[in-house]
Amino acid sequence: MLGRLTVDALPLYSAIAMGGALITIGGAVAVAAAITWLKAWRYLWTEWLTSVDHKRIGIMYVTLALIMLLRGFIDALMMRAQQAIAVKSDGYLPPEHFDQIFSSHGTIMIFFMAMPFMTGLINIVVPQQIGARDVAFPYLNSVSLWLTASGAALVMVSLVIGKFSTAGWTGYPPYSGVEYNPYVGVDYWIWAVLISGIGSTLTGINFIVTILKKRAPGMTLMRMPLFTWTALCTSVLMAFAFPAITVVAVLLQLDRAFGMHFFTSGAGGNMMNYANLLWIWGHPEVYILILPAFGIYSSVVTTFSGKRLFGYTSLVYATGAIAILSFTVWLHHFFTMGSSANVNAFFGIATMIIAVPTGVKLFDWLFTMYRGRIRFHTSMMYTLAFIVTFVVGGVTGVLLALPPVDYLMHNSTFLVAHFHNMLIPGALFGYFAGLNLWFPKAFGFRLDERWGKRSFWCWMIGFYLAFMPLYLLGFMGMPRRMEHYDTPEWQPYLIVAAAGAVFILFGLIFMIVQLVISVMRRAEYRDWTGDPWDGLTLEWFTASPPAPYNFAVIPEVRSRDAFLDMKERGIAYRPPARYEDIAIPKNSAFGAVTGGFAFVFGFAMVWHMWWLAMLGVALIALTLVFRSSDDDTEYLLPASEVEKIESRRLQEMARAPRPEAAQDASVIPGAALQGRAS
Amino acid sequence: MPASTAGPEAQSPVDRSEEKAFGFWIYLMTDAIVFALLFATYVVMSRGTAGGPTGLELFHLPRTFGETMLLLFSSATFGFATLAARARDGRAAVLLLLLTFILGTGFVAMEVGEFRGMVAMGAGPDRSGFLSAFFTLVGTHGLHVSVGLICILVVVGQILFKGLTEPVGSRLFRVGLFWHFLDIVWIGIFSVVYLPGVL
Repeated sequence: MLGRLTVDALPLYSAIAMGGALITIGGAVAVAAAITWLKAWRYLWTEWLTSVDHKRIGIMYVTLALIMLLRGFIDALMMRAQQAIAVKSDGYLPPEHFDQIFSSHGTIMIFFMAMPFMTGLINIVVPQQIGARDVAFPYLNSVSLWLTASGAALVMVSLVIGKFSTAGWTGYPPYSGVEYNPYVGVDYWIWAVLISGIGSTLTGINFIVTILKKRAPGMTLMRMPLFTWTALCTSVLMAFAFPAITVVAVLLQLDRAFGMHFFTSGAGGNMMNYANLLWIWGHPEVYILILPAFGIYSSVVTTFSGKRLFGYTSLVYATGAIAILSFTVWLHHFFTMGSSANVNAFFGIATMIIAVPTGVKLFDWLFTMYRGRIRFHTSMMYTLAFIVTFVVGGVTGVLLALPPVDYLMHNSTFLVAHFHNMLIPGALFGYFAGLNLWFPKAFGFRLDERWGKRSFWCWMIGFYLAFMPLYLLGFMGMPRRMEHYDTPEWQPYLIVAAAGAVFILFGLIFMIVQLVISVMRRAEYRDWTGDPWDGLTLEWFTASPPAPYNFAVIPEVRSRDAFLDMKERGIAYRPPARYEDIAIPKNSAFGAVTGGFAFVFGFAMVWHMWWLAMLGVALIALTLVFRSSDDDTEYLLPASEVEKIESRRLQEMARAPRPEAAQDASVIPGAALQGRAS
Repeated sequence: MPASTAGPEAQSPVDRSEEKAFGFWIYLMTDAIVFALLFATYVVMSRGTAGGPTGLELFHLPRTFGETMLLLFSSATFGFATLAARARDGRAAVLLLLLTFILGTGFVAMEVGEFRGMVAMGAGPDRSGFLSAFFTLVGTHGLHVSVGLICILVVVGQILFKGLTEPVGSRLFRVGLFWHFLDIVWIGIFSVVYLPGVL
């Protein structure tokens, strides 16, 4: 009945594991209690959980990402603390627990922090940037969100019931096979990755169609904002790379649950096929995460330099080139597998070639800033930190791309330092920049700048302290994932790295403070115009927060920086002659319900409750059949209602205090516009 | 590209159907990648028989030929059903879809029979890497066909209850794409799995 689920699954064996479980349960109970106390369940369900509005779905994605960021960071802090003290001693974490922590840290940060953060920002911004009222498939969008959330829920549940994988976030066999890992850990990893991965594939499909089919009239491909371009390339990568991880996770599950021999050491299995299949997804995944951040940096640099983007065309082609090349380099993750020298050389050279379009981008951003009127907004600070730090990561990447060097560095902390150096400044700083840039668009008020900058400095200093020592340790021969070690020379560096983690902890705390203070002062930080930074692209044309339909009248696009063009022509806020009825997709519970059933299915598969798994599949199928039979999925917002919303916005705008940007003489919009180079 | 972008006026149902068809094509491409990787895995593992039975001993070409005929004819009948729907002949469309359903069920039944026979003679998916890859590739295709069968029934039900409305016709079109896609995958399986196995 309950498969292999017994009372032994509860973490009664270790105080630390028990603590983690209690914090998880306590957090869930506290949130539920707060919602009950606020009597907000109905509001939450009708306005948010069942919403198919891309802006709300985006906000929910980002919320999920921030929660999972905290969880993933606690893992990181625990690892740094362990390694700082575990010289010639056991430290405070038993090996098995340490292994679970580095596995869950990687899994969470990639799949449940970075992916939802990136997807959330794309959701909020892209439809507005292309002048659309929603994505192509709003209901599918909600299904994607809830599949991601149920994957994240599986990881969190593994803290309380059973254990998480100890096989690292990549889950290489044979160690992740049933022979060495018979318990549920790897199964939790498999199903969390599988369920959320299907959600990501669907998101990719959704945004390819949205961007190609739903642009405002006049917005040709080469007039799309660069963030939309990167979102398009990322969507293509998501749609075509995620099937690979779906396949590899299913095959591993078949090995584990049904005794098959895909990756076993005997009986005709081929474990190296796993590495190939995984990285056919895994390398494009790096660019799935980084390309949208490149798009955000482009938005930030243009907005806060008061100039148009330098080298737009080269940035577009560089983005496309990176997207295509990302499928040709996967083997560099396992040069040491021992393919022939020629094969390794091919992939090494392909890897180095990727540095070329990336370098093009860096120069474009630098030239955009050149002779611009730079405003040091928090998002601009993140961008500047990125430009400097990313070069370091890029150079170490080119180093690792040399197969002979890779043989020396493979699985050392040099590698750990390298990929954190790519993903923290390259992706995460970009998302933070996006958060600071687009927060007023999503919520209608700006984030506090003082605490934002404090948080930035902590992140920046913390990053360097935490990861530069790891480069040196890699040169000194320290392998990654060590629970304890006997080389005292390593310890000072690991203590510095732990200090860096503490700095980052303060970065996170200051971010929370920034959020709380901004909410408290939301009246003072109110964005009345919808255009708080004197923006160039169409998302600044809508109200902050936007009306459900985004645009009362779909704008005509005449130039690359469509909104700037409208402001220059003086037609940005001119009310139209008349409004029309607008069709808006109805909210739907089916997305959340599908996600719930997917969670039940995944949980049942982990614990081998086959009847429940079949029930889960049947319920998902029934949900889909019911939904597909419903042809009445939209309602009409009458023109009079649209007019009411729009005229209220125009009145508020007229009464609003002058925007901060205009008070600063150096950035009077008109003056700055004169100086914009094309 | 202005012609293909959304106009300021309300979107027509036909535009919606076109977006859905485009999205479905992309979905099919993602599914094609799933199959491509399973094919690659099969080719890599086809020699990993671990001393167990090989394709030469297991595959029976006449049976596979029968399966192929069932699937190809079902694709033809689906094509005729689409034509009937386009001619607004709901009754003919339903009958042809049911015929497709019967042919598809025959295919799945033959495949299940083949699998059962192999398992009974000790050549199940846990016997060797080769057989794991075989069962997974062919089984994934069979699973897709089974899902397609359910979709056919759903569309038949919708035609009966709703008539050939624009959304129902759009769904019929997409199920048709799916069905023909599976046909193409089967041709690949026939050529990569069964033919080299017996030649």
